[in-house]
Amino acid sequence: MEAASHNGEEELPAWSLPRDAVDRIAIPLEWPDRVNREWALGGSTGKGATVCIIDSGVEPNHPLVGDVDGAVAVTVAEDGELVVEKDEEGDLCGHGTACAGIVRALAPECSLFSVRVLGAGFTGSGPALLGGLKWAVEQGFDVVNMSLSTTKRQFAETLHEIADRAYFGKTMLVASAHNLPVESYPWRFASVISVGSHESPEGLDFFYNPTPPVEFFARGVNVDVAWLGGGQIRVSGNSFATPHISAICALILSKHPELTPFQLKSVLYLVATNVGGAP
Amino acid sequence: MTDPDQLRAATAVGVLASEEAHLALLSSIVDVARAIFGARASSIFLLDEDTDELVFEAASGLGSAELVGSRFPSGTGIAGWVLATRQPLVLEDVSKDPRFARDLAEATGYVPRALMAVPLLHEERALGVLEVLDRPDRARSPLEEMDLLGLFAGQAAIALDLLLAARRARAVLAGSGGELMAVARVAEALDGLEGEARGAGLRLLEALDEVLRKN
Repeated sequence: MEAASHNGEEELPAWSLPRDAVDRIAIPLEWPDRVNREWALGGSTGKGATVCIIDSGVEPNHPLVGDVDGAVAVTVAEDGELVVEKDEEGDLCGHGTACAGIVRALAPECSLFSVRVLGAGFTGSGPALLGGLKWAVEQGFDVVNMSLSTTKRQFAETLHEIADRAYFGKTMLVASAHNLPVESYPWRFASVISVGSHESPEGLDFFYNPTPPVEFFARGVNVDVAWLGGGQIRVSGNSFATPHISAICALILSKHPELTPFQLKSVLYLVATNVGGAP
Repeated sequence: MTDPDQLRAATAVGVLASEEAHLALLSSIVDVARAIFGARASSIFLLDEDTDELVFEAASGLGSAELVGSRFPSGTGIAGWVLATRQPLVLEDVSKDPRFARDLAEATGYVPRALMAVPLLHEERALGVLEVLDRPDRARSPLEEMDLLGLFAGQAAIALDLLLAARRARAVLAGSGGELMAVARVAEALDGLEGEARGAGLRLLEALDEVLRKN
């Protein structure tokens, strides 16, 4: 019997599980006795998985990024309304292109999308971030990469709601942690994956952190990345570790598209380098 | 009738550090940032919230300080990204990127080979961006460098927040049409007195207060 779908007529009662409904939540995925990297992502190219980069835009036709399947820019109009329109500018900084290139290198056949929320000035960056994330979650991307955060508490509650909606709607948010002595969001929320940096040069190495709020460490030091003008530079920072985890999520979801964010996080844990994923 | 907050601001400005002291603070931040990392140069940009621009406020080690005071839109370039995302960055060999080099040259007159950039955050506010350019001395790992820069930026942001509060207070005074400058000058003069002169000054003010309240 098939598991109930979100939109299927046989949707389960939301808050309880009647005895005769137990069969209807059979988990379609066959989990092995021991989940390892081969099962989780071996041979995966990311094909079929969608990854959205919320950042400074992505440079079109960059050789290290290749095709981008859609790009929009989110800006705040003078009347405060959010405007989402096709992005004609590309990348205004280089960072979004770098993130897209990291994802492309590890998951060469995934579908990449760009949501530009930066470039319209600092003042509008908080509302644009919120609007861009909300839009991305509504599109139902599998993975949303956010190498950014806000310190404004006024945005925290809305961000939290969007993050929870994403989590239950099968969109995995992956967000950069930071090492600065202030509170910032959304990386601190439990419904997102928060990412810090390790120093190993291996892109598929990642570590589970048993003392959150930072949940995983990925490659974030001396990474060669795509940059503006078709170029390449060497960079360090958690904002570059984050797309490594986004790409690994895409590899896993490409092989196992049924996984919910909860299950995906569980698989990430089981195949982390310091848990069961060491080569 | 003047807003009580403006009056308080006026008296506060009288005893706050001068603009010269603030420039000294900015210079000190970039000098120390440069020294910590043995870097060729360091620069600091502050956000002007009214115009939504980043202002190049101070530099250490750069060939020319002529460009101090120059402004550019807050949403562009590395500094704009770091400010908006609250994320520190380390970039190596940026000179290969012509657009990046041009942006920086226009802002600071110096094109580095490598840079670290960290946002200056205090409580909820993003105040600006501190950059450390071309650090040949790599005694620490990149992660240690970023932690250290983050710690220093936190301290700098606390000091800068005080500076910006004083600037806002001055703006309030300027907006009052100059009437409150007299209050500020009295507060400043009193603050500079010591011993008997200070006692006399206070007695005079108390007498003035009594006269004014009788009217």
